Amino acid sequence: MSASAIQVTDLRKVYTVPEREAGLQAALRSLIRPRVREVQAVAGVSFQIAPGEIVGFLGPNGAGKTTTLKMLAGLLHPTSGEARVLGYVPHRRERAFLSQMTLVMGNRNQLQWDLPAADSFELQRAIYRIPPAEFRATRDAFIELMEVGSLISKPVRNLSLGERMKMEIIGALLHRPGLLFLDEPTIGLDVTMQRRIRNFIASYNQRYGATVMLTSHYMADVEALCRRVIVIHHGRVLYDGPLSGLVDRFATYRQISLSLSEPADLSAYGEVVANAGTRVTLRVPKAEISLLSARLLAEQSIADLTIEEPPIDDVIERVFATE
Amino acid sequence: MGGILDLYWSMARTAVLAQFQYRVANYFYMIGMIAEPLIYLVVWSSVAVAQGGMVGGYTPGTFAAYYIVWTLVRNMNIVITPYAWEWRIKQGELSAALLRPVHLLHTDIAYFAGWKFVVILLWFPLAALLALIFRPTLNPSLLEVGVFALAIWGAFLIRMLLLWLMGMVTFWTTRVSALYELYFAVELILSGRLVPMSLLPDWARNLAGWLPFQWTFGFPIEALVGQLPPEQLLGGLLIQLLWIGLGLLLVQLVWRVGIRRYGAVGG
Repeated sequence: MSASAIQVTDLRKVYTVPEREAGLQAALRSLIRPRVREVQAVAGVSFQIAPGEIVGFLGPNGAGKTTTLKMLAGLLHPTSGEARVLGYVPHRRERAFLSQMTLVMGNRNQLQWDLPAADSFELQRAIYRIPPAEFRATRDAFIELMEVGSLISKPVRNLSLGERMKMEIIGALLHRPGLLFLDEPTIGLDVTMQRRIRNFIASYNQRYGATVMLTSHYMADVEALCRRVIVIHHGRVLYDGPLSGLVDRFATYRQISLSLSEPADLSAYGEVVANAGTRVTLRVPKAEISLLSARLLAEQSIADLTIEEPPIDDVIERVFATE
Repeated sequence: MGGILDLYWSMARTAVLAQFQYRVANYFYMIGMIAEPLIYLVVWSSVAVAQGGMVGGYTPGTFAAYYIVWTLVRNMNIVITPYAWEWRIKQGELSAALLRPVHLLHTDIAYFAGWKFVVILLWFPLAALLALIFRPTLNPSLLEVGVFALAIWGAFLIRMLLLWLMGMVTFWTTRVSALYELYFAVELILSGRLVPMSLLPDWARNLAGWLPFQWTFGFPIEALVGQLPPEQLLGGLLIQLLWIGLGLLLVQLVWRVGIRRYGAVGG
């Protein structure tokens, strides 16, 4: 096995998609001369992930995140390039590889709908050939961690979305995989449920030293779990490094939050992003922060002034909008 | 070996538990399915009576036996359809299944096999009621019962493999239903479903001899009601085995090529 849990070199996936214009004429024409177009979903990405790392894999819809995850999980054959995951070539889908990893996709139901989750867990035991004692110990520990003891005997169809997601995650981790691909695991869940799932992932990572690759549109997930992020856009890696570095590299502005003694128009100092009477937030260029702070303190009646880095999702949104 | 047996047991158990949740729906489905053989039974019994009490070696009593046994064989024959393949691709269920360290064919066979135990259990009272109404002529020997018990599982496996082959066409196109309709029409005529094989014209019987359909329908029924000699009974089981072997080989080949094309579009 190589030193990296995941090693990806110039990985590409090109889809050939049929294409035709609207209308009857175009439909007839396409019968005789069908037209196809090549779409590069992943256009040559390279990165390495060390064992035990939790890495956020970020990008807007259609950036190539899920396609990359599917290639790394062995669901898709890459068009070119190389991927080694836990020392295996994923698309060969060897039994030993599949037994050591899991891919959890948000809103995906792998549990038996009409049966209690306990029955689906039992099936997972047989599929992954988990020794019975180990299975019971893991199941009970996860049930306790997720606080779902009272729900285990209820048919899955009677569970709420959040409860179902907890059960999905337990089911996906019963075989204690060393590698987790988590694709939007908290999508559609309320903040309490999101937090509980985040805590579970963090404690799983600590307890078993598992490597985690996480995609999420909720920056709270990324901020809570990932010290490193890989940002992908148009199928290419745009940034790979610490989460904090993302702000340094891409945020060309800072935010100044002000408490004023009396309401005032501050639009001459920068872009007003929030204005609630005496509480105002300004967005100003990073290079001018010292100068503008000094001017504000000198020219306005200010009770409090705080300089903040912009919210991470704001930074990411701007990166994707400008690239 | 223990691992795969455990998997089959657990999967079949899951199917039994899930299908018992739907026991009423299963029963209504089974009752609805009776309309088809009853029509065949009434038509062919009338033909037999009009022709002096027998047609193609069948009397109204043996026709009744044929079509009552038909109801069980038909239920054993229900396996995963191309519609279900399309659905599971769209829902992302195929992707989820491909992440498991076990071939999807195993889980499909095990799940449907478990379901069949529920079906057989539900079938007995229905068969008893039909027997009371239509008075079948049925005096099978022990050998015939034994061969029938094996042949219905052989039929199940052959049809599972056939429809798996057709389902895998979804790796190339997500619209395989039209092909299934064509398959269904050929199967209806050349399997013994519409009419016992002995009533088919010679050319159709010869053609059917080269195809697997009669081993999924006509053979199991005739094994119980057709008074076949022992060599035909055992020979039939052997031919079922050959079709299972060929089916497994083809499934393996198509799977290897098809899985490379799989787009994992669902979910």
